[in-house]
Amino acid sequence: MMIEYKNYLVPGSVAEATEALAQGNATIVAGGTDLMVQTGASGRGTDTTLINVRRIGDLRGVTLDGGRVTIGALTTVTDILGDSVVAETAPLLAATADRFASNQIRNMATIGGNICNASPAGDMIIPLMVLEADVELSSWRDGAVQTRTVALNEFFTGPGKTVKADDELLTSLSFNRPAEGFVGQFGKTGPRPALEISMVSVGIGGVQENGGLANARVVYGAVAPTPIRAIKTEAALEGTSLDPASIQAILDVADSEVNPISDVRASDWYRRHLVRVMTEEVLQNVATG
Amino acid sequence: MSQLVDITVTVNGEKRHVSVQPGMSALSMLRDKLDLTGAKLVCGEGECGACTVIVDGTSVNSCLMYAVELDGREVATVEGLQKSEKLDPVQQAFVDKGAIQCGYCTPGMVMQTTHLLAKNIKLTEEQIRRGLEGNVCRCTGYTKIFEAVQQAAEAQGD
Repeated sequence: MMIEYKNYLVPGSVAEATEALAQGNATIVAGGTDLMVQTGASGRGTDTTLINVRRIGDLRGVTLDGGRVTIGALTTVTDILGDSVVAETAPLLAATADRFASNQIRNMATIGGNICNASPAGDMIIPLMVLEADVELSSWRDGAVQTRTVALNEFFTGPGKTVKADDELLTSLSFNRPAEGFVGQFGKTGPRPALEISMVSVGIGGVQENGGLANARVVYGAVAPTPIRAIKTEAALEGTSLDPASIQAILDVADSEVNPISDVRASDWYRRHLVRVMTEEVLQNVATG
Repeated sequence: MSQLVDITVTVNGEKRHVSVQPGMSALSMLRDKLDLTGAKLVCGEGECGACTVIVDGTSVNSCLMYAVELDGREVATVEGLQKSEKLDPVQQAFVDKGAIQCGYCTPGMVMQTTHLLAKNIKLTEEQIRRGLEGNVCRCTGYTKIFEAVQQAAEAQGD
């Protein structure tokens, strides 16, 4: 049952971590809440070096600089819940953190890990895509740490799959402070409130204007191989006053954009039903809230 | 065979030196290497909370944490709660309220309660329910447990 790793490393800096990653055959652990479950069940990770990045001190915390919010990859979900910068600039993120797993898991799980696990149902991904976050990837190349930035919207390529190369470490994510008047809401559905892997999740944000949302962002989780931006739904929201008739028209557009599967948690038709119900609820809340 | 890693961890106030495999969970280390069998392995996926311990003042699922991650950290388990002849107030409240039936979830419930009360002793019933959302009990129906947390909170407030 227990996975055997060949070696164990505890880098103290991004340079040390990326240099170790460049050697290949590595498994990265941060909070461990996904990794331990996956390695226990499937045997993934044999013959690799376990690299514990948790002790890289400067990757934890939230900062606001020049209208840009930056969150270190090792910031825990509990940190997000209690962070004053998040509360002031992006309460949508804290509201999502409040729906995440359980107290014990929030205390361990890191935001970078939730992104890198790349689950189509990963909760924290949804509000971060609404906020149009970018992720910073660091690697050791040509004898130094190199970084590149990727839009979170273009980060995921499939369930558990991302554009992150094996020698890259997700070190932080960042987004512009939302405009004045921005409202956002997150919704998820499962059989009980706690410890749910979302059957469907939705995040909607935009600036309240003339009874509707301007510059709206609509993101769905667990209805496609990756979390998705619903671009047509966003376009349908633009300049539309959110009365009952126009909301129904928007739900039709949303239904045309999602592509859910049937699995152990829900059937595709039920997920489509949830998309309509949850989108309607969130739209009504953000329109009136 | 993987390399063994030597770690130093303070468990219930006592410094311990342990050699662990990198893939070993913190829970296995506590139970199998240190004979601290209070924390239980039930689901092994972080769903049930029976393995809850407190690491550096924060409750965690020890089944999801690697033992190597405990190097240099302080761990509190249910075995360390009782400081004298008398039970700890949280333990006593669980006994007084009959919040224990089969007992399997109890160490996790007690440690999560200890964590919650360390953060805040004026808990509403809703906060108690939310705080214990990661701990499953299949016997009591939870009511007695919520009452025990309330009693423990009052005892600590005195």
